[in-house]
Amino acid sequence: METKPRLLTILDWSSIILFLFATGMVFIYAPMEAVLGNVQRVFYFHVAAGWVGMVALGVAVVAAIAYLRTSDRKWDIIGLASIEIGLVFSFINIISGAIWARPIWNTWWTWDPRLVTATIMELIYLAYLMLRQGIEDPDRRARFGAVYAIVGFLSVPLSFFSIRIWRTIHPTVVGSSDAGAEGAFDMTPRMLQTFFFSLFVFTIIGIDLIWHRIRLGRLEDDVEQRKMQVMA
Amino acid sequence: MSVKSTSVKPITARAPSFLQAVGAVVRKDLASEFRSRELLSAMFLFALLVILIFNFALELNARERGEITAGVLWVTFVFAGQLGLNRSMAIEKDRNCLDGLLLAPVDRSAIYFGKMLANLLFMLIVEAIVLPIYSILYNVNLFHPGLILVIILGSLGYVTIGTLLATMAVYARTRDILLPILLFPVVVPLLIAAVRASSAFLQNLSMEFVWPSLNLLIVFNLIFIAVSYMTFDFIVEE
Repeated sequence: METKPRLLTILDWSSIILFLFATGMVFIYAPMEAVLGNVQRVFYFHVAAGWVGMVALGVAVVAAIAYLRTSDRKWDIIGLASIEIGLVFSFINIISGAIWARPIWNTWWTWDPRLVTATIMELIYLAYLMLRQGIEDPDRRARFGAVYAIVGFLSVPLSFFSIRIWRTIHPTVVGSSDAGAEGAFDMTPRMLQTFFFSLFVFTIIGIDLIWHRIRLGRLEDDVEQRKMQVMA
Repeated sequence: MSVKSTSVKPITARAPSFLQAVGAVVRKDLASEFRSRELLSAMFLFALLVILIFNFALELNARERGEITAGVLWVTFVFAGQLGLNRSMAIEKDRNCLDGLLLAPVDRSAIYFGKMLANLLFMLIVEAIVLPIYSILYNVNLFHPGLILVIILGSLGYVTIGTLLATMAVYARTRDILLPILLFPVVVPLLIAAVRASSAFLQNLSMEFVWPSLNLLIVFNLIFIAVSYMTFDFIVEE
């Protein structure tokens, strides 16, 4: 039984402290947006959660390709960990988006390209977990998971492009925005600082959680192997 | 006995070419299907039922038809196609035919392309029967060359990824319910493009409205074929 690495403990505590600090920045340091009001404060964590969700899916694909090339169990564990954590963060992203959309777009939900793409991503993550659950042989589970992670990863940007033919109302705060976007705003320096700090903090939390999940995955593997030894 | 001893060829050392191997798998699937006809008849009846249900669920009336025909058609094809994909791989798995196929001294991707082409043929056969029936039932003319092209392209993309995922799904405990859950989120982009292109053709819009969706459809097909070709080996690996 491996002991918990010191760095992970440090990461745990820094995640907690940084998260509290970021929350403080969002509510106190960042100024209130003149047009959108207080609800705009959702934006900082909304984008940060979406960012971690996307990056986690990216990591899962890299891990999937690495697994197919090397057949090293390590990559399978990393892939599963980042997909599970990515699933949670994407869900936070969608829910916080809905909370923001209600007052600004006057609806919880709209069939906008980004919203649909986020939902499809969530469904692909869930399908990935269901696929893994249905397969008992660990090697086959890992191989199928890797293949599905690659196929799913390709499908996400494709969905975005195919829906993009419609005009979007989702604002692009970072980068150029569509003329039809509603709820767009310019960021003041304080807002920018809060925004980038939130991105940073969520990235740290994401890394921390994925690391924990990888450890859990390794322990699961260990238990499975010991069980096999006892049975044999 | 109909099998003559002279028809048994001596075993030659030469392995079949890629195309020969693909052709052999397609022939095998067609031969077994035309003997039992269980797959085609199930797909066809299911497609009819879906159209029937849509008629009542959507109150398909004369005015609305033009806009939703493309959607109704694609939902019908997707559901019927999923039924076929599931069955076509389940047959191989249940009777351990898949193991036999994999033992053949040919490239694994030849097996994939053979299964994929056979599934495509089944889907196209069902579509070729459903289209005229839909035309008669709803009094619309669906014989537009553009629409037929879109249906072929869309079905190709659908069975490409469908065959790949069905091969994974048959190994799972929950295989019957797993395939649609795996398949549908992945084919959403393809379906969006297919529905858009079909609807544009059905409304006789000019080609500038059709090209974006048609281009996407072609690109999706290429991507799906490439990724399936690259990953199929890993799925059937023992």
